Amino acid sequence: MGVRAPGGCGQKEFWDLLSSGRTATRRISFFDPSPHRSQIAGECAFDPLAEGLSPRQVRRMDRATQFAVVCAREAVDDSGVDLTALEPHRIGVTLGSAVAAATSLEQEYVVLSDTGRNWLVDDSYLSPHMFDYLTPGVMPAEVAWAVGAEGPVTLVSDGCTSGIDAVGHACERIEDGSVDVVLAGATDTPITPIVVACFDAIKATTPRNDDPEHASRPFDRTRNGFVLAEGAAMFVLEEYEHARARGARVYAEITGYATRCNAYHMTGLRSDGREMAAAIEAALRASRTDPGDVDYVNAHGSGTKQNDRHETAAVRRSLGSRADRVPVSSIKSMVGHSLGAIGSLEIAACALALDHGLIPPTANLHEPDPECDLDYVPLVAREQPLRTVLTIGSGFGGFQSAMVLRRPGGVRA
Amino acid sequence: MSGATPVLVTGMGVAAPTGLDTETFWRASLAGQNAVAEHDGFDVSRYPCRLAGRIRQFDASEHLPGRLLPQTDRMTRLALFAAERALSDAAVDTGALPEYGMGVVTSTACGGFEFTHREFAKLWAKGPHHVSVYESFAWFYAVNTGQISIRHGMRGPCAALVAEQAGGLDAIGQALRSARRGTALVTTGGVDSALDPWGWVSQVSGGRVSTSTEPEEAYLPFDERAHGYVPGEGGAILVLERADAALERGVSRVHGVVSGHASTFDPPRGSGRPRGLRRAIEAALSDAEVGAQEIGVVFADAVGVPQLDQEEAEALRGVFGPEGVPVTAPKVLTGRLSAGGPPVDVVSALLTIRDGLIPATAHTARVPAEYGIDVVRENRAVPVRHALVLARGRHGFNSALVVSAGDVRGRHG
Repeated sequence: MGVRAPGGCGQKEFWDLLSSGRTATRRISFFDPSPHRSQIAGECAFDPLAEGLSPRQVRRMDRATQFAVVCAREAVDDSGVDLTALEPHRIGVTLGSAVAAATSLEQEYVVLSDTGRNWLVDDSYLSPHMFDYLTPGVMPAEVAWAVGAEGPVTLVSDGCTSGIDAVGHACERIEDGSVDVVLAGATDTPITPIVVACFDAIKATTPRNDDPEHASRPFDRTRNGFVLAEGAAMFVLEEYEHARARGARVYAEITGYATRCNAYHMTGLRSDGREMAAAIEAALRASRTDPGDVDYVNAHGSGTKQNDRHETAAVRRSLGSRADRVPVSSIKSMVGHSLGAIGSLEIAACALALDHGLIPPTANLHEPDPECDLDYVPLVAREQPLRTVLTIGSGFGGFQSAMVLRRPGGVRA
Repeated sequence: MSGATPVLVTGMGVAAPTGLDTETFWRASLAGQNAVAEHDGFDVSRYPCRLAGRIRQFDASEHLPGRLLPQTDRMTRLALFAAERALSDAAVDTGALPEYGMGVVTSTACGGFEFTHREFAKLWAKGPHHVSVYESFAWFYAVNTGQISIRHGMRGPCAALVAEQAGGLDAIGQALRSARRGTALVTTGGVDSALDPWGWVSQVSGGRVSTSTEPEEAYLPFDERAHGYVPGEGGAILVLERADAALERGVSRVHGVVSGHASTFDPPRGSGRPRGLRRAIEAALSDAEVGAQEIGVVFADAVGVPQLDQEEAEALRGVFGPEGVPVTAPKVLTGRLSAGGPPVDVVSALLTIRDGLIPATAHTARVPAEYGIDVVRENRAVPVRHALVLARGRHGFNSALVVSAGDVRGRHG
């Protein structure tokens, strides 16, 4: 795996942050956030040249693409797989992203429109890369070039479930025999005024501007919205026998995936968690996992009033009596909500939790909400042997996704 | 795919510059009616490219409930319109089918671009408090999937894919795989519209848009005079159903069978490795279990850029032999519709099979002999049982889909 997340670079720092329960949410530094309702974000320290990208790559790639390419390279190195020894057409790429090149779109818009003055934009300032910000097919294309993939390459853009759905899509392509190896994961870098304003407008993000470090409070009674963030995580996914044959170091086996839609509202959630429960049940069925065998639930846990209630109901509905005993936590309390990317960061967190036998906590959870009555692992990480974990996500458009990961039995070299 | 339940097309809805219902569109295609004209949506004379394929007679308020109008971009209105037509064409009573057995998979290359352009303008001219409460979900790439899911109560597997033009065909391929995995009904296809001034110059920035001012000479794929394409707006939505589910609900009329799909990605230029289109075609034929000699017509991607036309011709020669199959591109009459184009071609392919009549590539006249392809220049009456539809996306996406004659029991031959 390759990871870029707020509060540190790379997998080790990501896991250090999560296991310590520290938070990486701060006042926005990328631009002056003072006109905005929510002025907090999880920003990444990221120097593309120091990360090994060339000046040309930096010029043409949106920040989200830079994240994806860097993570993809890191994932390949981490996996030890020699991609040059494989048939390029047996390698695929599935990249997830919710808002794709939003940062570059906004930078170009400000110039083309002369800071919003001209509806008829001035094409004498047109960037040759504008087409690729308009339609972001270039994002998975850059990943494909970086790893030499010539199989199916696509961008899955399912809003805030993109990070689970991209990995799920990749698993399905491996299962149907189209490819042996997929570079899969997700990226988003939405900390730009238009995206901040989008969520301001519907009061989805928190206005707790006087306390940015403790602003993301999933499942807490005082929660009042999510904290926007950026990040990326990419994985080398391999067909089981393919990985085994080369003696691969395996983090986890993906044993089940399912997605459902609520067909209810583009942003609203019914409090009963019905469709998310259906996604969880379908993922467990695909995994042949009994609810009683789920050792940990990595929650969507965005910290909005409606999500945390909805999700709690979904876990109760799908896991039954197991819901009273299973630990549930939200890493968004520490790294914020990086939209499409977060689902893949959460898969990375699950894989690392399986690896370390440690459940990351829900930071900032001091005052339990009577409506959210599960074991949310407040404040402090918990050591516990883990075999099977469930990660879940929910997003605008009504998407509800669930994935089951299992500690590899005997596969690991 | 051997032994799998056939996947049928039971409904089609078209929103094209040449027609807002399937039969009008088809008659216009056969009559060579050209929708390409000067873009009169704003003062286009200040920009180097002026011709577009616009939809002129679409009044969204006639087709959609009033509450959906303030929250939707033009492309989402067109998608909702086409989806409603497709489901009505399929005579589906969505309330009578299992809610989790109905999915939605769509593609848009540009998202709700005109809508978001207006919100960028408000943000930068007036401030964040003026940004619409609908911006967060009118813009993103999953909007059409989410809105169709909500409007028709479809709670099964849903997704949105982006791969520029190829995404529109990849979406149908993904719908095919979803149906094979068990989803009874999938609403699928693609729609795009980005003809506002910012969207327009962004499309132009790609460097492949025709600068011609003559509607009959601007987009000439496979012609020795080819010099670019004309952008357009619109797309198509299809209803795919598993044959077993269609039989159960008593479907009597079927447009055809989606037999197979594959996608590949090109190696970087200069690598010396072969382009990926030929392999995509061969893999799609293999997935469909159809021999090259059984394909009666190819609906080409037909970019209208000499190098790309030459490469497509080479792939076709390689698979079918010199002049081995009729090749057509009726899209010259609508312009290229981004992710909306390939689903419209799938509709044309199914109607070609129905009527035994291949629509001409209207304006192409002089095909270089070295291309070695049989471009259909007058409508051609010939029985067709299997048709191949191709789509490519900028930077190297290749997608190929095979559709076949059939009824509710499956494919004929």
